[in-house]
Amino acid sequence: MRLLKSQIDKKHGSGFATFLPEEPEDMWHAYNLIQPTDLVRAKALRRVTKTSDSGSVVSERVKVDLTIAVTSTDFDVGSGQLHVAGRVAVENDYVKLGGHHTLDLELNRRFTLEKVDGWDSVALEMLREACETERKAELWAVVMGEGIANICLITEHQTILRQRIEVPVPRKRRGGLDGHDKGMEKFFWTTLTTLLRHLDLSGASSSASTPDKTVPLLLASPGFVAQSFLAYIKAEATRTTNKPLLALLPTIIVAHSSSPHVHSLAEVLASPAITTKLSDTKYARETALMDKFNTFIRQDDGRAWYGPREVERAVEKGAVGRGGGVLLISNALFRAQNVAERKRWVTLVDRVREVEGGEVRVLSSLHESGQRLEALGNVAAILTFPLEDLDEEEEEEESVDAAVVEEEAMVI
Amino acid sequence: MPPKSGHHRAKNVGFDDDDGYSDDYLEEEEGDGMTDEDREQLRIGTAKAREALDSSITVSDAQIQESLWHYFYDVEKTVAYLKNKFAPTPKTTSTPSKKQKATSRFDQAASAAGVETNSTPGKQTTSHAQLGEIQESTCTAPSLKSLARQCVENVNLSDSGTSVDESSVRDKSLYPAFVDTFPTSNFFWDTPWGNVPPHRLGEITVEPLLPRGRLLGGSSKPSKLAALAAARKRKQDEAKNVASLPHEHDTRTEADTAVALLDRLSFKAKDTTGPPSIPKEAEKKPRHSRYPTRKRSPSPTPEIPKTEERPPPKSTAPAIEFPDLRAPPSIFASVLCGTSAHQPINQISEFTSFPLPYTNFPGFKDANPFANPSPDDLVLSAQAKGTKPKPAKTKKSNGEHLAAPMEKLAVDEIPRVKSKNLNVVEEFEKSGMKRMANFVVIGHVDHGKSTLMGRLLCDLKVVDQRSLDKLRKEAETIGKSSFALAWVMDQTSEERSRGVTVDIATNYFETEKTRFTILDAPGHRDFIPNMIAGASQADFAVLVIDASTNSFESGLKGQTKEHALLVRSMGVQRLVVAVNKMDTVSWSQERFEEISQQMGTFLTTASFSAKSITFIPCAGLTGENVTKKVEDPNAKWYTGETLIEALDSSEIAKRNIGKPLRLTIGDVFRGGITNPVSISGRIDAGSVQVGDIILAMPANETAAVKAIELENEPVDWAVAGQIPTLHLTDIDPVHLRSGDIVCDPKNAVKLIKSFTCKILAFEHVLPMSVEVFRGRLQAEGKVKRLVAVLNKTSGDIIKNKPRIVKPGEVARVIVELDRELPLEPGTRVVLREGGNTVAAGLLEVSI
Repeated sequence: MRLLKSQIDKKHGSGFATFLPEEPEDMWHAYNLIQPTDLVRAKALRRVTKTSDSGSVVSERVKVDLTIAVTSTDFDVGSGQLHVAGRVAVENDYVKLGGHHTLDLELNRRFTLEKVDGWDSVALEMLREACETERKAELWAVVMGEGIANICLITEHQTILRQRIEVPVPRKRRGGLDGHDKGMEKFFWTTLTTLLRHLDLSGASSSASTPDKTVPLLLASPGFVAQSFLAYIKAEATRTTNKPLLALLPTIIVAHSSSPHVHSLAEVLASPAITTKLSDTKYARETALMDKFNTFIRQDDGRAWYGPREVERAVEKGAVGRGGGVLLISNALFRAQNVAERKRWVTLVDRVREVEGGEVRVLSSLHESGQRLEALGNVAAILTFPLEDLDEEEEEEESVDAAVVEEEAMVI
Repeated sequence: MPPKSGHHRAKNVGFDDDDGYSDDYLEEEEGDGMTDEDREQLRIGTAKAREALDSSITVSDAQIQESLWHYFYDVEKTVAYLKNKFAPTPKTTSTPSKKQKATSRFDQAASAAGVETNSTPGKQTTSHAQLGEIQESTCTAPSLKSLARQCVENVNLSDSGTSVDESSVRDKSLYPAFVDTFPTSNFFWDTPWGNVPPHRLGEITVEPLLPRGRLLGGSSKPSKLAALAAARKRKQDEAKNVASLPHEHDTRTEADTAVALLDRLSFKAKDTTGPPSIPKEAEKKPRHSRYPTRKRSPSPTPEIPKTEERPPPKSTAPAIEFPDLRAPPSIFASVLCGTSAHQPINQISEFTSFPLPYTNFPGFKDANPFANPSPDDLVLSAQAKGTKPKPAKTKKSNGEHLAAPMEKLAVDEIPRVKSKNLNVVEEFEKSGMKRMANFVVIGHVDHGKSTLMGRLLCDLKVVDQRSLDKLRKEAETIGKSSFALAWVMDQTSEERSRGVTVDIATNYFETEKTRFTILDAPGHRDFIPNMIAGASQADFAVLVIDASTNSFESGLKGQTKEHALLVRSMGVQRLVVAVNKMDTVSWSQERFEEISQQMGTFLTTASFSAKSITFIPCAGLTGENVTKKVEDPNAKWYTGETLIEALDSSEIAKRNIGKPLRLTIGDVFRGGITNPVSISGRIDAGSVQVGDIILAMPANETAAVKAIELENEPVDWAVAGQIPTLHLTDIDPVHLRSGDIVCDPKNAVKLIKSFTCKILAFEHVLPMSVEVFRGRLQAEGKVKRLVAVLNKTSGDIIKNKPRIVKPGEVARVIVELDRELPLEPGTRVVLREGGNTVAAGLLEVSI
């Protein structure tokens, strides 16, 4: 995303910024940046109906610059589309104040974002991250098993499941071996054609214009499926003399995953064989961090905690500080519709970062690591010193609650 | 036997000795198979008729309706008829069914829907079930043509259905006269051709053409051609009347006098008259000689009674009530069917008893054709169930031998697979089958599972020497001669080239006591999903352990342990531990005992009971102590049982045969050209038989079971515990995936999205993404919440909302699935993550 203009007061954080989204992933950034109550200004097509004096109704589409106060946002991961709904904040000739409008933010169309409450530290960080111009890592991955394949695109901030392929492959049976081989052949064929369609190798747009940008392809599977698939791709490439495919062959990495499901990507990307080959993607870093957290929690020595209340308590006690304290937080929390909720997490982050001096990692909720964190309540912390019984008091409350619930149940 | 090809019809007509049966069908068809429209008309008509009739006449609705039907909803005529019929003789109204039978001669001729003529309700229903199509055609358009066609078709029906034991029918059945005296040609027997009073005779010959024209939609006037034909016919008639066969003439006059006499007489005196036998003979004859003409020509005659009855002389009406007044064949009939010159005498005697069979027949009095569900309903419901109504319900005892062949005929009509409607549980108990056992072979990779099983099969001669030699040669050519035995089980090219079992191999063998199914599971950790699929089908497990140095130890850390825990958590209780490769440690007793001791401790902690574990030393490659006792001198210390003996002595848990069907699909494949969709899998509960309708979940699609194979042999049914192959029809294979559940449509499995589950943790359990395994079913999901840590033995809550569940702890968790799956409370599931088995659990409540 290109930052065209920004007027943000360093002190109060008030001001606006104008962006030009250039890649589909920029929409994801915009989605993370735009909060309810923010003001977004962008060009929009709006249908305007006019009633003439004679009573005839004329409706026409007018291109207007609209400023809306955001009420909600809607992001479609698959297509990378962002819809921002809100109420008109600045009146113009066509639209009255307070009228509803939904802006469709588009690529290569600029928009201006103004934060009513000012840009907080997290928002500024996101802004910086969104506007980083350095080349971003991208990786296609096919996680597969017998008869099942998930084609994913892994980018710096997202893991997008592009296609899931399921082809029935008969099992081995007495006298029915043909079925298995044929089924596998058909499965490979389907997977390859689908993959090529997604990679868009033949398209002159991507590969020809930017020849340096060959996206690596990762094949992962339990057992030998990935190897067999690689062999199939090779055979197929030579048989059809598909030049782009032949060019792709050297970039293919085969890895081992324990299951054909997407979430085993975490395990694949964490494996040293892959990390050495792949650049240090945010994804890999996040995954490594989550693994570290998991090791700590398995040791069960009170140095790793998860869940909103527990983490907040740990921060209060100063356990997430210098010397190894890490706060893991999912960016889903900052997209909270509730302003107070967002403020709560921003305060926590600020406190860890500035007061305690600990490390803060905002994990993308679209990555596998972010999803692991989501299961743990979107926030976790590695402490500098062990703390026990952070959940004790809470449990008492809970048990009271439970008792109440039980009583109610009895009454019913 | 609905719509028939012409030649079929013609072919069968010739043999109809028991046409009376067909009349039976005809009558009930008329009565029941009405369209809604008809019914509505009938209802209105009945109401009107009731109004028109004075209250003094007691007539039942059914009777009104019946007559309405005959007069084609003409209320006036009906009323006239009814008044006619019921007013003069109060006796008839008191026993309407019997009397009416007697009166309505024309009914029989015109294939009346007879409340009273449906003498055998049982028969009626069976025939209805089979004659659905005929009924449709006839009831919607009860025109003369269709009536005629029915009659012919029914002749066919009764013919082909009963021809097998015609003779016996005639001799032994309860209503022989009924059967015999009612051939198709009898349709016209009671049309008073010959013996009507003269004042009516004139009408008869002229009128017949009129109604036909009208009914068929033409003008009421006869066409010139028709008039000409009629005129000619009349001439012929007259000519014949004057100088026809003497007996014909005689009988007519006889009959005439009889009518006159009997009018005044009581009812009982009537049936003794001789004449009725003659038409019988007349009918008999055409059957043999002139049958083909029947198809076209008889159609107009049934209508005649209608026109005739329209102006019924009120006073003479009772005369019509005599069923025995059958005239000799009319001119028309004789033209139609040929004159009867010779008649077997015995038939005459038989015929004298004709009218009685109806009234005497036991089922006749209580016959109520509308009491049972309509035949259409029967057919529909039968088709819906995919099964035919049980023969026992629908047929009467004396009709059994007739109905059975009829049912066979019906099968051809219904495209679905026919169910034999076996009581599978009983069949299973009756069959006295050997007990069946499925066992899974588990253990660490390269510990020799496949080789051991290959050896077992070879020694039991399940695999012949020739194919073994072939495998051996193939194995040698790629330098892996020791794999030859394993290749008996490992058949895919990948498995062979890599020397690793990838998927479960299934094989069968038999001992004196038991039929075994081997499920050879892969040992490699990547293929544990397949191993779980195998273990979920097993009754007990064979754990194979490599006795050679270090191998045992590495296995214990690896899949030996994991597999043992998994099979235990899948509910397997009995374990045979085969300490394999004893030849490599030269049958050292110490090694065996060391392994036994270590494994014993481990397995008992994994909650196997010590007495359900058996340790057997053996050598798969050489085959020692597999089926035959070991001969190695070093192994003298071992005197226990061989592997096969240990297998044979395994106890097998009781199967849930009586429960609703549950079958986990293990594989979906094309079973050949004739069986495009086939599935295989273990029946977890219940039973299945050929012809059953099954429901595949989660696709929620039904299918019919076309055939069942068990151990590559076709069978009629399969019960819980067996692993059959089902060949299906009426389903698209996209709806079937391995891991799906096939169940009884009436007792379907519910689809659930999340559930609480009591787990035994093998690893640390956090709220996290997991794979949920249930047999072949493999799904993504996540542990949503840790509810509580429980006491291992008592199940009491130790800690609510734990932060983490440590290995070995028992906990209650909530698992949420990515998509809805067919899981039931009580199912055993395995949770895995990142290639490790995290926990095994028992599904408690679906949420």
